[in-house]
Order: sequence, then C-alpha cells, then structure tokens
Amino acid sequence: MSDTPLLEIRDFTMKYAGSSAAAVDKFSLVLPESPATITTIAGESGSGKTTLANAVLGFLTPTSGSISFRGRDIARLGRRQRADYRRSVQAIFQDPYAAYNPFYPIRHTLLQVIRQFGLASSRRQARTLMNDAVALVGMRGDEVLDKHPHQLSGGQRQRIMFARAHLVRPQLIVADEPVSMIDASLRATIIDIMLKMRDEDGISFLYITHDLSTAYQIGNEIVILYSGRVAESGEVADVIEQPKHPYAQLLIESVPVPDPRRRWQDEVSLAAEDGAHRSQQRCLYAPRCPRRMDKCDEGVPGMYQIAGTHQAACYLYE
Amino acid sequence: MSDAVLEVEGLKVEYQTSSGPAVAVNGISFQVFPGETLGLVGESGCGKSTTAMAILNLVQAPGRIAEGSIRLNGTELSTLNPRSMRRIRWQEVALIPQGAMDSLNPVVRVDSQIAEVIEDHEGRQRFADMHERITELLGMVGLPARVGRLYPHELSGGMKQRVCIAMAIALRPKLLVADEPTSALDVVVQRVVAQTLLDVTQRLGMAMILIGHDIALQAQLVDRMAVMYAGSIVEVGRVESIFDHPSHPYTQLLVSSVPSITERRRRPSDATVREVHHRPSGCVFRLRCPQAFDRCRAEVPAMRELVPGHVVACHLYAGGSGEPAPAEAAGHV
Repeated sequence: MSDTPLLEIRDFTMKYAGSSAAAVDKFSLVLPESPATITTIAGESGSGKTTLANAVLGFLTPTSGSISFRGRDIARLGRRQRADYRRSVQAIFQDPYAAYNPFYPIRHTLLQVIRQFGLASSRRQARTLMNDAVALVGMRGDEVLDKHPHQLSGGQRQRIMFARAHLVRPQLIVADEPVSMIDASLRATIIDIMLKMRDEDGISFLYITHDLSTAYQIGNEIVILYSGRVAESGEVADVIEQPKHPYAQLLIESVPVPDPRRRWQDEVSLAAEDGAHRSQQRCLYAPRCPRRMDKCDEGVPGMYQIAGTHQAACYLYE
Repeated sequence: MSDAVLEVEGLKVEYQTSSGPAVAVNGISFQVFPGETLGLVGESGCGKSTTAMAILNLVQAPGRIAEGSIRLNGTELSTLNPRSMRRIRWQEVALIPQGAMDSLNPVVRVDSQIAEVIEDHEGRQRFADMHERITELLGMVGLPARVGRLYPHELSGGMKQRVCIAMAIALRPKLLVADEPTSALDVVVQRVVAQTLLDVTQRLGMAMILIGHDIALQAQLVDRMAVMYAGSIVEVGRVESIFDHPSHPYTQLLVSSVPSITERRRRPSDATVREVHHRPSGCVFRLRCPQAFDRCRAEVPAMRELVPGHVVACHLYAGGSGEPAPAEAAGHV
C-alpha cells in the first residue's frame, strides 16, 4: 500500500443550493505521498478555487465525487481518524489578521496549537518549539512573541501563520491566497518559506492563488480553473511558458511584466462578463474566446493531452 | 512659474498619537506635469495613501499637514478653506480612493451617483442632457449605457471600479489621483481597468498619479516613477531609467524581489529581512540597507541628480573624495 496517494480528489462536484451551475464540476487531482509537492490551483474569482480548498479541509460535503486522504474518504472518517486528519492537514488563509485573536499576543496563538495537540511536555519545551517555529519563518522569538497582531505587518502575520501550521508537522497545507494581501516585494519571503517546508520537512501544499508569478517561482504542477472546470493543467513551467487554452493564454499574458519596454500590446475586453447564456453543456469560455468554433457551443471539451502531463480542455487540441 | 500641474514641496503629514506625533510623510517634494502618469510606489505603510489624501486636502484628524505646500496649477491647496477646496475637488483634481468600488452607495443606481457629482458642481441639469453625458462617460470607460440603471451589487468588481473612474473624470479634472485602483481585482480585470484608466486620461489630456505597491504593474503603466520608503521619496525618474538603473538600494530591492513570470530564478532569500517600524537617524533605509556605511547614520542624504530627470537620495552617489561620479556609480555610463 506504499503507493496510496496523499490526497486523491475524484470527480469532485459542488453545487450550492439555489444555483443551477456547479461551483466546481468533476474535478480530479492526485497528490503523491512522496516526494512532497506544491500544486497550484489558479483562476479568477468565482472559478471555484476556494470551494475546492474548503472541501479539502472538510468544511463542505461534496455534492458528488470523493476526496480521500491517504486512502480514506474524508467524509467518512471516524472520530479518531478525523482528529488525525485535522492535524495532518493545516490551513492558511488570505487575511492573516482575521486568523488572530487581537486581544492576545502572538505567543498565545502558538501556545494554543501546542496545547491542542499536546506538542510539548514542559514550558521550556513549548518555548523552544515556538522559538524554532518563528526562526523558521525568518523572525526572532524575543522580538515577536510578545507583540500583539496589530503590531506586526501583514507579511509578518502571514509568516507567523506558516510557523503555526508548521508546529504540528502536517503532511499537507492548504494555502488559500496566502500572498494576495501582501506587498509584491514581500511575496518572495512567503515563497521561500513554502519551498523550505516542502524540501526540508516534506510538507505538500495545495497553493490556491490568482498570482501566477509566485506560482511560477514555486514549481511542480498547476491546474488552471475557469468557471469551476479545469481549463489546463500540467507542470508549472510548461503551462506558464506555453499556455495552450485561450483562457490560460489571456491569463498569463495579463500578468504585468516588470519591464517598461514590454508593455501590454492588445486591448482586451470582458465582453461577455455578464454571461447571459446559461447552458452548461458547452465550453464555458466560448463566449469570451477569440478562437471559438461551432462545436464549442455544442459540447463540453474533454482534456486533450499536449505533452507529458500537460493537458488542455479545448477543442483546438482534439 | 513652472509648467507643472501639481507641485508638492516639503510636504510633511503627521498623525497625533498618545506618544507624540507620528510622521507619515516626511518632507517630500515632487511634480506632476500635464498629461503624464506618475507612479508613486512603495510598500504598505510608506505614506503613499497619506500623500494622496494630502493632495486632496482630505487628511483627517488626528492627522494634519504640518509643513509644506501643495500647488495645483499655481493655487495653494494646503491652506485653502473647506468651501473652496470642495469646489476644486472633482473639478480640478479627482481621487479614486483605495477600495473605491466599495464606497459606491449600495442603494442608489449608478447613473444617479454619477449625476450627483455633476450636479453638486454645476447645478441642476436637464434630464436629457444628463442622460447623454452619463452615457458618454460610461462609454468612455467601456461600459454599456444600461449599467447606469443598475445598482452596485449587480456589477462585478471590474465594472464597479470602472464606474468609479467614470465618476472621477465626470468633470474633466486636470489631475487624477488613483490609489491602488486595481488591487483586489483578478489579473485580467486588472489589465482591463488599468488600460481604461490610461486610455481616458490620455484621451482627456489629464495627468495622473498612480499609487501602488506592485512595481511590475507600474512598469506597464507609468511614465515616471517616484519610489517612497518610510515617508520619504528616495528615487524619482523616468520608468525606463529606473528599471535600467535602479539606484537607491531600496529601489534595487523592489525591482529584484518582485516575483516574475518571465524569468524563473531563485533570488537570495530575504525572509530574514527585518521590517523596521521606527524611523532611524540619518537615512530612513539604513537599517535594511545592505550597503549602509557610517555616513548613512549621521546624515540624511539629499536628492542628487544622476542623469537629467533621474534623482536619488543616497550617500552612495554623493561623489567627492575618490567616490564615483553619480551617473557612473549608478551604471548610467
């Protein structure tokens, strides 16, 4: 049983009450037990990224399909297994301020985790754990542990969240937009922390973001979602350097390049952004697509292989 | 007399706190020329939004403009009475504040909100004229006329942001101040909104100050860029000149640390960079600066011109005894 995957999502579909369209439609993904990987889930708001994160964290029950962690369906865990799951999978969210109790110093946030999971048998050991965790994210215990959340910058608060998650030595961290509220110039520090945790501690990540520049720096696989469906997936370098799906191409071309001599050339429009058409049995990007063909309106494109693991859900590659 | 639309000189803004005044903007000077886009870039807390508010004379207590002058087409704004300032806002200089799209009134239709701005300054208008004007404004920001009859919650983030742009240009001001106008938007929408901004300001011959922390986005949009750190402007120049020869060590850090989508590289980790919260003596950046030396502690560096139009406040370019001439040191030669 050594090749049981760490996380296996099979045909996960989520429909919210009152909505005819699925927020996520038949999504599948496998993360290996080892080596640890960082898998990016990218897409615009409303593409289903956060629904996916919440389902993996066990906050949502799938409408259909399944999510298994180390071979067990997470919707059917016993008490003990559930506690174990809660420890093995940690979450980091977009707004690092909302995750703290503003009345208590940073020390309190970390101590809670240590107590909850019985990580230390003495105060001294707890202190060592906290100092190590904070050092891992490039800060010093004596400088930050007694501060209150509002006394730290957004980047520092988010780094402490990574330290907190690391304390319990999880196998998977679901990071939902961890850099989107952090200054562009400080995003690199978060990337470094994720890479370090992956390479030195064997922690896998589900990295949910709309920031493709950081995804590109981080590596492994990427899945680009559009309207709840996978538009393109593959190795990060393949997808970002040679995007195939017209949506992926637009998305990647729209990421600002830090070079004033390589400015955006074409005007883009969001013509169909109010989406009057509601048929689901077709390519959902067709109304916006510059390369739309008749068949795009007649059926849902499957995933067509480009090379290796690189796939695109577009009839151009049928 | 200068031909600048806006001239800011020695602007200092402080906030009164229980432990004395906290200086958010510390004596900055810059100009904006007709029709140009000036980027004001820096990390959160550097004072860029405070600068925007000061230009509009909107700094609220406990904050105040402590020193300096702000001249818009020759009119001094910092001492203007509230009534006259009201007349100038929207008409001469308009602000798109941070998170503007969330400041739309949720219970008023879009067209009425735009009409309110116009009538506030020009008095009541004939319905047909107003309708035509609003349709034209919406068209300029790429929105169909029917958007006027909608409520803000019926619009996407990108559409709301474009409504805010339409309001800001309604009275054809000479200067537009846009504070992070595309943050919280997806990349594709960000690109559309940014293009809309550039397009309307160019078409109307307006100057713009574009405030942001994303230096890559600035590279795409602005003509000149001013880099701000801890309340001070440390470097100003044409955007190409700054990207070719980032000269202040802080600008160098900004330019090199932004994750890029065109170049996959492992840069030296700056996870250990200390974020410093108090202003040190001498140079504001010296505690984070990899090249700091004795003089940086003792003396605040003055602005020096490296090449025409590109200035930097850093002792590395002070010249004098045996040191390289400014342009040479910055790699300009």
